[in-house]
Amino acid sequence: MSGGNGVDPLYVPDAPHRPGDEADFTEWPWSPGDLGRPEIDCDASETVDLAEGLVRVLGDDNKTSGDWDPKLSPEVLIQGLEHMMRLRIFDDRMMKMQRTGKLSFYMRSFGEEAVAIAQTMALEERDWLFPTYRQPGAQFVRNRDMVSMICHCIGNEMDNVKGRQMPVHYTYKEGRFISVSSPVGTQFSQAVGVALASNYKGLDEVTITWIGDGASAEGDYHYALNFASIFQAPVILNVVNNQWAISTHKNFASKNGNFAVRGIPYGIPSIRVDGNDFLALYSVTSWARDRASKGFGPTHIEVLTYRAGAHSSSDDPSRYRPSDIHNYWPGGDPITRLSEHLKQIGKWSDKQHQELSEKIDSEVMAAYKEAVKFGDLANGPYPSSDAIFTEVYEEPPWHLIEQWDEMKKWRDS
Amino acid sequence: MTNMNMVEAVNSAIDTMLSKDEDVIMFGEDVGYFGGVFRTSDGLQEKHGKHRVFDSPLSEGGIAATAFGMGINGLRPVVEIQFADYIFPAYDQIVNEMAKVRHRSGGEFWCPVTIRTPAGGGIRGGHHHSQSPESQFTHTPGLKVVYCSTPYNAKGLLISAIEDNDPVIFFEPKRCYRGPFYGDPHNVPTWSGHPEAEVPESHYKIPLGEARLAMEGDSCTVISWGAMVHVCERAIKDSGVSCDLIDLQTLVPWDMEAVVKSVAKTGRCVIVHEAPKTSGFGAEMAASIQERCFWNLESPIERVTGWDTPFPHTTEWDYMPGPDRVIAAIVRTQED
Repeated sequence: MSGGNGVDPLYVPDAPHRPGDEADFTEWPWSPGDLGRPEIDCDASETVDLAEGLVRVLGDDNKTSGDWDPKLSPEVLIQGLEHMMRLRIFDDRMMKMQRTGKLSFYMRSFGEEAVAIAQTMALEERDWLFPTYRQPGAQFVRNRDMVSMICHCIGNEMDNVKGRQMPVHYTYKEGRFISVSSPVGTQFSQAVGVALASNYKGLDEVTITWIGDGASAEGDYHYALNFASIFQAPVILNVVNNQWAISTHKNFASKNGNFAVRGIPYGIPSIRVDGNDFLALYSVTSWARDRASKGFGPTHIEVLTYRAGAHSSSDDPSRYRPSDIHNYWPGGDPITRLSEHLKQIGKWSDKQHQELSEKIDSEVMAAYKEAVKFGDLANGPYPSSDAIFTEVYEEPPWHLIEQWDEMKKWRDS
Repeated sequence: MTNMNMVEAVNSAIDTMLSKDEDVIMFGEDVGYFGGVFRTSDGLQEKHGKHRVFDSPLSEGGIAATAFGMGINGLRPVVEIQFADYIFPAYDQIVNEMAKVRHRSGGEFWCPVTIRTPAGGGIRGGHHHSQSPESQFTHTPGLKVVYCSTPYNAKGLLISAIEDNDPVIFFEPKRCYRGPFYGDPHNVPTWSGHPEAEVPESHYKIPLGEARLAMEGDSCTVISWGAMVHVCERAIKDSGVSCDLIDLQTLVPWDMEAVVKSVAKTGRCVIVHEAPKTSGFGAEMAASIQERCFWNLESPIERVTGWDTPFPHTTEWDYMPGPDRVIAAIVRTQED
């Protein structure tokens, strides 16, 4: 099969780090304050430097600087920190439940806690969230009850989606958190439709959606950019570049490694932001919301981060990357960085951190104990299997009623 | 002969073909360095080189389209769609392109692509990791559709699929990757010691279009494919009724001769699949059997299938056909 010139006949990229390799991320050339904050009515061409660079607010000295500093109050920052800590502790508890057979499956947001939390905090409560399975943290911002989240993950009697979906595939309409679907990427173009419906109805609502670096290879990603741009949809389109799609490195999703710039030829102002910098994420999202709300259309954002954990409870990343690699990520850890900043401005201490951590831990434990009262996967009770037949259609047609009766006969015999 | 589970048998088939034919290449999501989320390509990149076994971007439409292009230009791609539920972004490329290119080009181009995909339920996968969409492909002229059920037929059928000059959709029942599934989720044995897990290391083929007579009897013909073959085996044993069990193996083209021969003998027929009933492949079988065997039939043809609903997560055992439902259907066929 050789082309005769000694060159491999088919070029295939590789990941930069494999098991046994030393992590050697190059240091980031971007510093806080590098990039200006354009007017919200700017043209896509005016955002090239924002797409090619990286918006940061928190420096290595844990201080904020530059035009993108959102100047948030310490109370808001502590609220953000608490949401992120809650998500991490919650995830750890759910993973333990999975390992002991109380959940069928789980996916953590480890290392990416800032993404959904900072971005949702930067929005209005009436704005729509169209997430992937890696943005469950948005529900904490929208005050979802933890017991109800755990009941969904178990798929027990209190699961609001009635045992139909895999864990972490939340639906929370009250919080305008739209149902998560397993096929990756589908929500990205659907979100444009949600945004256009708000627009059509004359409502000041913005829609935010997320997609992974891997899933940006799906057609849905490109449909979204084109439709959003053509119809000037009030939508915030985020590519969460966490470097990995299960074992597939982002080198298989982008040749030059930059996702943000893809928005520019579509005519969409585009920004790359440090996804582990709570303040930068908040700020960029506020700017994008402002644009959408005032009729200037979509914003495309690459959220640069690192999937610190496994893809899911079914995955073993030590087979395809060094197991401690996330510790070397130049963006560090989002919780540590925000907490260090709060300490730097004199609004936080190790003691407070410890106390908050313990408080959340007991909250999560209490929620877990409450949730399993409604059944766990190993022992039940389960939601009624009648739910197999309901809500397939608005009203079940005759053939479903017939099959439903047959199912009941077998179930109850 | 080596005892292999179905994952190892699939791996061995691809390995055999990569060694035999330099035009064979394999790609898909996570199949390269990692060796596939179900481990079906474990070690193959290391052995055959990353230009022959490689990861692709997460784009099922892109995978199918690229395989199409490679196929019409002389390669023999074997691609993996990670779950059959994720095949639909590739549907246009498969249904409108792969399936029709031989015909539309007057026979000047053809597309010898094999699309492998794990299908079926029983792994608590909910509605997006459990579907069995075979009839969405059997309804497309130009495609061959295969559904393996054991390590032995997985390897033999997959080699035939790869060597075939038409596009083949190759379904692997993921519930049976590591053991035959008899319908009891609390007792799933491994393939160890199972006669159908004795698999030659070398090249062998099971012809496409030939069914396997998995059990032989006189009073009823039970037809199935994929994981349900084993559920039927258990049901037949427990029913006390002497049955032929036909493991269809290939759905298009299906083995009409074997089915007609058996139904003519038994006069009774039960068709079992886990996909939904409406427009399921069982409907096609039942219609064809009554066309050809009407005067041999002693009782109505029975279908035992998944419900016409999405596949549930927590309550999947109330969805998947189990031995009890199959036994009841077999018994009904025996009534005068």
